[in-house]
Amino acid sequence: MALLEMRDVHVSYRTRAGLVPAVRGVDLTVEAGEILGVAGESGCGKSTLAATALRLSPSNATVTGEVLLEGRDVLTMKWGDLRTVRWAHASIVFQGALHSLNPVRTIGQQIAEPIVLHEKVSDKAAAKRVDELLEQVGLPARRARSYPHQISGGQKQRVMIAMALACRPRLIIADEPTTALDVMVQAQVLDLISSLVKDMGVGMLMISHDLSVLGATCDRLAVMYAGRVVEEGPAKQLFAAPQHPYSGALSAAFPTIGDRASRLAPRGLPGDPPDPAQLPDGCTFHPRCPVAVPSCATGAEPQLRRLSPERAAACVLLEGSPS
Amino acid sequence: MTAVQADPPALEVHDLAVTFRNRSGPEAHAVDGVELAVGQGEILALVGESGCGKTSLARALLGLVQPSRGKVVHLGQPLGYSSKALRTYRRRVQLVLQDPSGALNPRHTIYEAVAEGLRIHKVRGDERELVARALSRAGLRPPERFFLSYPHELSGGQRQRVVIAGALALEPSVLVADEPVSSLDASVRGEILALLLHLRDELGLTVLVVTHDLGLAWNIADRIAVMYLGRVVEVGPTEEVLADPQHPYTKALLSVVPEIRHVEPVVLAGEPPDPTRVPSGCRFHPRCPALADGTAERAGVADQCRTATLPVLPIADGHHAACLLTTPPPPPA
Repeated sequence: MALLEMRDVHVSYRTRAGLVPAVRGVDLTVEAGEILGVAGESGCGKSTLAATALRLSPSNATVTGEVLLEGRDVLTMKWGDLRTVRWAHASIVFQGALHSLNPVRTIGQQIAEPIVLHEKVSDKAAAKRVDELLEQVGLPARRARSYPHQISGGQKQRVMIAMALACRPRLIIADEPTTALDVMVQAQVLDLISSLVKDMGVGMLMISHDLSVLGATCDRLAVMYAGRVVEEGPAKQLFAAPQHPYSGALSAAFPTIGDRASRLAPRGLPGDPPDPAQLPDGCTFHPRCPVAVPSCATGAEPQLRRLSPERAAACVLLEGSPS
Repeated sequence: MTAVQADPPALEVHDLAVTFRNRSGPEAHAVDGVELAVGQGEILALVGESGCGKTSLARALLGLVQPSRGKVVHLGQPLGYSSKALRTYRRRVQLVLQDPSGALNPRHTIYEAVAEGLRIHKVRGDERELVARALSRAGLRPPERFFLSYPHELSGGQRQRVVIAGALALEPSVLVADEPVSSLDASVRGEILALLLHLRDELGLTVLVVTHDLGLAWNIADRIAVMYLGRVVEVGPTEEVLADPQHPYTKALLSVVPEIRHVEPVVLAGEPPDPTRVPSGCRFHPRCPALADGTAERAGVADQCRTATLPVLPIADGHHAACLLTTPPPPPA
């Protein structure tokens, strides 16, 4: 059984402008011991998807479909069960973790909080577990007595990861875990994440706009555009040889150093992502697509189609069989 | 861009040091002896980790902090620190910051944001026309469409273009961009970098980009200067520095760029260095992989690495690294 399985998930937000669709029919699975990366621009629905996995969506959101966490549907779960599931079965490292720590409590107190609440252990046992967790993420145990302002950005991110591991979850959701970190510190944190996943056999859903980071760290990748997955496949293959024109543009945004073609020729993607309240007809990507043909602007939105046993993309220009 | 050597460099610094005094603790040597020149119409990338002094150096270049030693020279003229001299200078050398949302006042329209500099510097001419020209140079066309917009109505990329337009309105000769794309989406990043490259080609603008992103340097920079703990440790043409890095620190930085994982990543342990405690000898020696794995020992320089103070890299053409393993420096290719 997959750790996390999302089936035909739709999320819409009720706003003054009406019902705005943020996620429009996403299917994903995360297996134990694997990192699934979700890439896309701001507003593509990737953070909404992360919140949906633990039913953390705001009250103006309507969610349909199934979110199965180890076979149990999170969306229909009773409130008490949901409380148990959060932290203990699946935990989340939020975007902007550097500001998510409470400045007036020590690191140790903050890591211990979920342990005390969920495992009903003594303070002493919790403190012991905090020391172990800090060591696991490569921080000295004495850091438990430090306050957030006394540690660096990279150390704060390690603390957030230690917190996510506190109740030994099987699944970790990481929303932009290395954004705002320095190159060398980013490399340290990504190494830590990879080794934790490998050693502890947890599954991870990692969200980022940086396809190069995901390509180097994840096992599989899904690229989202305007609320849908437009391409999926093994991470290294997808990053090296993207099939969908959108994945191609994201991948080209990060040049390969040494590649003559990108020297003094930065490549971006003109235009902005579509307004979810007014999605274009046909393929939602066609107004920005460098290879669009007239038929892309009309008709039904292209569906994900199998290109090979492991890869799929949603583009009419690609040959494939319906998946 | 060695073609412009005959002209004085757009910006030069000589033996520049920026020291921050701490009331209780020791002094922080953020920049500690830097020699650097940026030619007219050149794009130079200043790269390094947080805390290496690259932002302090940029602030000194802008006249925002007064160096504790050394001088900043703009087109052959040393920078003076009287408020009048600074005012004239700041019209010539403009700054673009990392986070466009923070750099724009949310209650000012785009027109006001761009016109503010013109008003402060009492620029003569038709303000409306100057604002329109700056916006369209920054790629916001037609400019009139943006005049009455507020920052929250624009996307991140458009906001960064507004910030760039604000700088361009004063027709500067130098743009200092501190991490201009690191808070932007991947798809917008290339667009903004292409704009910087285009401005150089169209207006002959000199650009100093402060960044930790080596891919950005590969995308737009003519030359790279790598900083570590207040010093430039390697400098040279982008192709040479990135294709054949000489300094172990540059090698390590390059190896952790996610897309080139075919080289074994050298993840340096520990935190970025502390400018209040500059180690003796080579500043990089406590973290140096070449010292740790015995390469320096075999080359017979290990003791010197720990004790001998390295000379400051001088201003010169070609590719140079401040490392005992590479002296004498390799002949320029």
